[in-house]
Amino acid sequence: MQTAKQPIVQLEAVAKSYGAAVALAQLDLTVYAGEFFTLLGPSGSGKTTTLRLIAGFERPDKGRIMLDGQDVAALPPFARAVNTVFQDYALFPHLTLVENVAYGLRAKNMPKAEAHAEAEKALAAVQLADFAGRKPAQLSGGQRQRVALARAMVNKPRVLLLDEPLGALDLKLRHQMQTELKRLQHETGITFIYVTHDQDEALSMSDRIAVFSQGRIEQIGTAFDLYERPASVFVADFVGSSNLLGGSTLLRPEKVRLLAAGAEAPENHAAQPGVVREATYLGAVTRYQVALADGTSLNVMESNALPVGERLRLAAGDAVLAVWPRDAARKIGN
Amino acid sequence: MRRFLSAFGWRHEGAANAALLGLPALWFAGLYLAAIGALFVTSFWTVDSLSGNLIPGFSFTNFQQLLADPVYTRIGLRTIGIATAVTLTDITLAWPVAYAMIRLAGPRLRAALMAMVMVPLWSSYLARVYAWRLILAHDGLLNWGLKAIGLPGLHIGYSNWAMWIVFSYLWLPFMILPVAAAVERIPPSLLEASADLGAHGLATFRRVMLPMALPGMVAGAIFTFSLTLGDYVTPMLVGGEGSDFIGNVVYSNVGVTNNIPFAAAYAALPLGVMAVFLLIARRLGAFDAL
Repeated sequence: MQTAKQPIVQLEAVAKSYGAAVALAQLDLTVYAGEFFTLLGPSGSGKTTTLRLIAGFERPDKGRIMLDGQDVAALPPFARAVNTVFQDYALFPHLTLVENVAYGLRAKNMPKAEAHAEAEKALAAVQLADFAGRKPAQLSGGQRQRVALARAMVNKPRVLLLDEPLGALDLKLRHQMQTELKRLQHETGITFIYVTHDQDEALSMSDRIAVFSQGRIEQIGTAFDLYERPASVFVADFVGSSNLLGGSTLLRPEKVRLLAAGAEAPENHAAQPGVVREATYLGAVTRYQVALADGTSLNVMESNALPVGERLRLAAGDAVLAVWPRDAARKIGN
Repeated sequence: MRRFLSAFGWRHEGAANAALLGLPALWFAGLYLAAIGALFVTSFWTVDSLSGNLIPGFSFTNFQQLLADPVYTRIGLRTIGIATAVTLTDITLAWPVAYAMIRLAGPRLRAALMAMVMVPLWSSYLARVYAWRLILAHDGLLNWGLKAIGLPGLHIGYSNWAMWIVFSYLWLPFMILPVAAAVERIPPSLLEASADLGAHGLATFRRVMLPMALPGMVAGAIFTFSLTLGDYVTPMLVGGEGSDFIGNVVYSNVGVTNNIPFAAAYAALPLGVMAVFLLIARRLGAFDAL
C-alpha cells in the first residue's frame, strides 16, 4: 500500500511491570506510517499497556519509544503528537460537544472562534453537526463514540490510538463503525493503532496485526498470515476456530468435508471415519462436532451453499467420513 | 407478618415511602420549620421597656433600630466578610489535601490522611479554640517561635486575623471531605483525555477538575460559610474587644438585655444571607448533580 515503508512508531526492548506482575517483557514493535495496525490479544496480554505507553499514560521501566524518529519515553502525554480514543470515550460531561471537540485546539492556544469552527467541521464529518450545542449525557453510545473520534482526529495527530473503541456498541452498530473507521483512516491517511480482543474486528480492519499473549508478541502479520500460517498454537487457537490434531497440526473447520459413511475419499485427501455428535444449523453454515474413530473430536464447518435437495443433511448419531485436502492440515512451525 | 408488610409495601409504593419518610418529615416540619417560623414572627414583636414583657404585634421597630445604628451594620459586614474569607481559605487549603489523598496516595497513606483530617473532630471544639488562644496570644507559641528564629513578633491575638485563622482551622475538615469525594467522582480517564489532548497539569485542573468538583466545593462552602456565620464562641474567645459577630449580639440580647424580638430580627439576617448564597450556588449549577 505505502510505497516507501517509513517507521512512525517504534518500541525497542520495552519492558513494564506493576510490582511483581510483568505486563510487558522485552517488547519490540514497528508500525509504519499510514498503517491500520491492530494489537490483538486476550485481556491482560499487554496490548492496552502497549497503547498506554505510546500515549504516555505509563512510563516504561526500560526501553525506547520512538515517535517519528524521536525518543518520547520521557515526554508527558501533552507533549506527544498522538491522540487517543478511549474505551469509555472519556468525554467531558460539563462541556458541550463543540467544546469537547475544540478542547485539544484550545489547549494549543487556537483562538476560540477558530477552534469552534474547526470543531463544528469535525462534528459534521461524523454526522453530528446538529448536536454541537448538546452535552454528552444527551447522546446515545454510538453518537458518543463518534464525538470521541472527532475530538481526537480534529488535532490531526501523527498517530491515532484506539483502545477497544467499539467494545460498548451492539453488533450492528459495531459493523457500521468498523466500515466508518476504515473509511476515515483511508481518507485522512493517519496511522491507526487499534487495540481489541475481538479477532473478527482485527481481521476485517487491519493492514497488520500483532497477537499478544502474556506480555509478549506471538506473531505479527496480515490477517492472511495469522489465519493460514499461524506461528504458534496460541495464535492458531486465538485467531479463528481450529482443530489441533496430535497437539500441533492445525486443521481449520471449514476445510473439512463430511461424506456419507462408506464413500470413497477424493484424491490427495486424508480421510477418517467418525460419528456426528452434534449438528448446529447457523444459516449460512452448519457446524458439526464429529467424534473420529481414533477418539479425537473434530469441529467441522460445512457451507450451506448447495441447493437444499443436493445437500447431505446430517444429524447427531450419523456415521460419516471426514475428508480434507492433505495440504490443508499444517504442522504449526516453531 | 414480615412477608405481609413487604408485599404491602411493594404494592403500595406511596405507603412505603410515607412509612420511611414520615418521621424525618415530622421532625423537619414540626421542629425545624416551626422554629424558623416562630423566629420570623417574633422579629416583628416588641418589648415593653419598663416591664420587660413581650408585646406581640407587627412592627418594624427592631429592623429600623438595626438599620439606624451603624454598629449593627459593621457587625453584620464583619460576620459575612470573615465567613467569606474563611470559605475561600478553606477551599484553597482543601484542594491540595483532597487531591493528594485521592489521586496520589496509596490505600494506606489515604487512610492515614483521612484519619488526620477526622481526628480533630473527635476533640472538643472548646479545647481546640483555647489551644489556638495559647498559640496566638502575645507571649504565645507563635511569637515565641518567631523570636527564636530572629523575627519580630506578630500582634494578631484577639483580632479579626485570629478569628480568620481559627475559623479556617475549625471548619477545614468540612471542606476537605466533600471536595475529596468530588475529586474521587471524576473518572481518571477524563484527566488522561485532557493530557492526551495537549493540556498541561494546570490547564487540566482549571478546565476539568475545578468545574467538575464544583458541587463538592459548594457543599463544603455551605458548611464553612454557615458555621462561621452562626458562631459566637470563637469571637468571644479569640476575637477580643470590638470583634463581635451577629451571634454575640443575639446572645447578649437573649441572655443579658432580654430583648428576644430584637435578637430574632438580627438572627434573620444570616438566614437571608444563606438563602442568597444557595441561590447563587444553584445558578452556578452546583446542585445539577444531585
